[in-house]
Amino acid sequence: MSPSLSDGKKQTQTPWVYSDIVKNHFFHPRNFVKDDEEVKDYDAKGSYGSPACGDEMHVWIKVDPHTKRITGFKWRTFGCASAIAATSITSEIVTKEGGMTLEEAKHLKPQTIIEHLGGLPDRKIHCSVLCDKALLEAINQYQKNYS
Amino acid sequence: MNCPCEKLAAIIKRVQRTLVGLSKKSTRLIYLDHAATTPLDPRAEEAMHPYFQEVFGNPSSLYEQGVRAGQAVEQARKNVAQILGALSEEIIFTSGGTESDNLAILGYARAHAQEGKHLITTAIEHHAVLGAMHQLEKEGFEVTYLFPDQDGRISVEQVKGALKPETILVSVMYANNEIGTIEPVSEIGNLLQKYRQETGKTFPVFHTDACQATGYLDLPVEKLHVDFLTLNGSKMYGPKGTGILYRRRGIKLQPLWFGGSQERNIRPGTENVPGIVGFAKALEIAESLRTKESERLCPLRDFLIEQILSSIPKSRLNGHPTTRLPNNINISFSGVEGEAMLLYLDHEGIAVSTGSACTSQSLDPSHVLLAIGCSHEEAHSSLRFTLGRSTTKGDLEKVLHVLPKVIQKLRILSPLA
Repeated sequence: MSPSLSDGKKQTQTPWVYSDIVKNHFFHPRNFVKDDEEVKDYDAKGSYGSPACGDEMHVWIKVDPHTKRITGFKWRTFGCASAIAATSITSEIVTKEGGMTLEEAKHLKPQTIIEHLGGLPDRKIHCSVLCDKALLEAINQYQKNYS
Repeated sequence: MNCPCEKLAAIIKRVQRTLVGLSKKSTRLIYLDHAATTPLDPRAEEAMHPYFQEVFGNPSSLYEQGVRAGQAVEQARKNVAQILGALSEEIIFTSGGTESDNLAILGYARAHAQEGKHLITTAIEHHAVLGAMHQLEKEGFEVTYLFPDQDGRISVEQVKGALKPETILVSVMYANNEIGTIEPVSEIGNLLQKYRQETGKTFPVFHTDACQATGYLDLPVEKLHVDFLTLNGSKMYGPKGTGILYRRRGIKLQPLWFGGSQERNIRPGTENVPGIVGFAKALEIAESLRTKESERLCPLRDFLIEQILSSIPKSRLNGHPTTRLPNNINISFSGVEGEAMLLYLDHEGIAVSTGSACTSQSLDPSHVLLAIGCSHEEAHSSLRFTLGRSTTKGDLEKVLHVLPKVIQKLRILSPLA
């Protein structure tokens, strides 16, 4: 999976600025917080970015106290299509197959998220993939609360 | 067309065309980005047509092919001049608004640096003007950037207050491309004319970028008291890559490029004959439709503004409420990012534009919205709808049907809403 814009364009019938995977997550976002009630029993929250820069992400995690795996990941994002898609796909990457351990999740790299998205245009890479940092903050928060 | 099978083929073709037209109609694009560019008027296209194959000559050539091409260029120049109330020799054909702005500002400043090295402009100009000004700063000129009020208006008093004995050029746009606010260009021109008379100097000269005003506002240069005026073909249903710079007679300009003697030694290079012909035709049409089209679009504009502001909470109009272009609507939707809104609308077949940084190469949101006092967040959360000749009330009703749902969906996702 090469992170180039043209690859994304080849996959789709009508020309679109992002890959089909970005398109899918942007129009059908997964695991976002519809209602504050949903995250009432979550263990920690992290946020990153600022509206002044055009992107802000909030993530909530639920952690299995015995296995230290992330079993729940919910989010809210103010940002462009790639920022929304990146947070949405991260919620899947982190929780699939029983969930990542906190140590694994700490090392989740933006490049991995971009590869899962089928690539992003160059100028979008630094500004829109901030959810790994929001996640890291949530993990640090969790470890502070439960150590 | 006498053979029956030819007739039959023609009928089949016509039916096919109708069917294609029908299928297109059901997924008709609602294009609301006329400030970005406009489609070519079919009459302009028709006027251009002979100059691609039939009359392809170089206007500088002396044989008939060349002379005919040259005549077409001069006729176009005459027609453009007439609309502007100018002389033919005062019209320079260029490749568009960016070139015209650069030619006026760089060309005048470089040719008159000995008279003074100060220029005045506004913080909300198009990048073509701001970029030329920044270049002059690198060359040792000083530039004053006037900041508008919260509606985007620059006042005559501000220009007066910024004048210095060494001010050689003032550039203020006729109407803003992002927020549609109309500037008091004629009053500023009047001030500068009087100032020159009082001081007995030939400067400061006055340039206006009228790219967005074409087809909506009055253009005659004597009414506006301008010395330079920029027009762009692709914003007025003309061909892309075409434009003009009006330059008052007798004003010296240093060319940007060097080569042949075309366009009175100001702009070398073989003339874009079909483009020039198409530009002139498009301007003629835009001028003939101006009053009627403005009267048609103003109520549509106000309808869309009122309906959006009343149906979508936390939405705010950017730009002047009344002194704005008949086709411009710019609104910020708190808590939602512009590119996300744009792409959701695109998905519904509605094309708009945004002041968000996410659609630009830089990471900064619209300099215009920041200059009128919007916060970064408000600037990132803006949408611009610009109406045009194809726009109907039905189009706007579709927007009003789709937009609240888009905003609502994105606000659910947003931590800021």
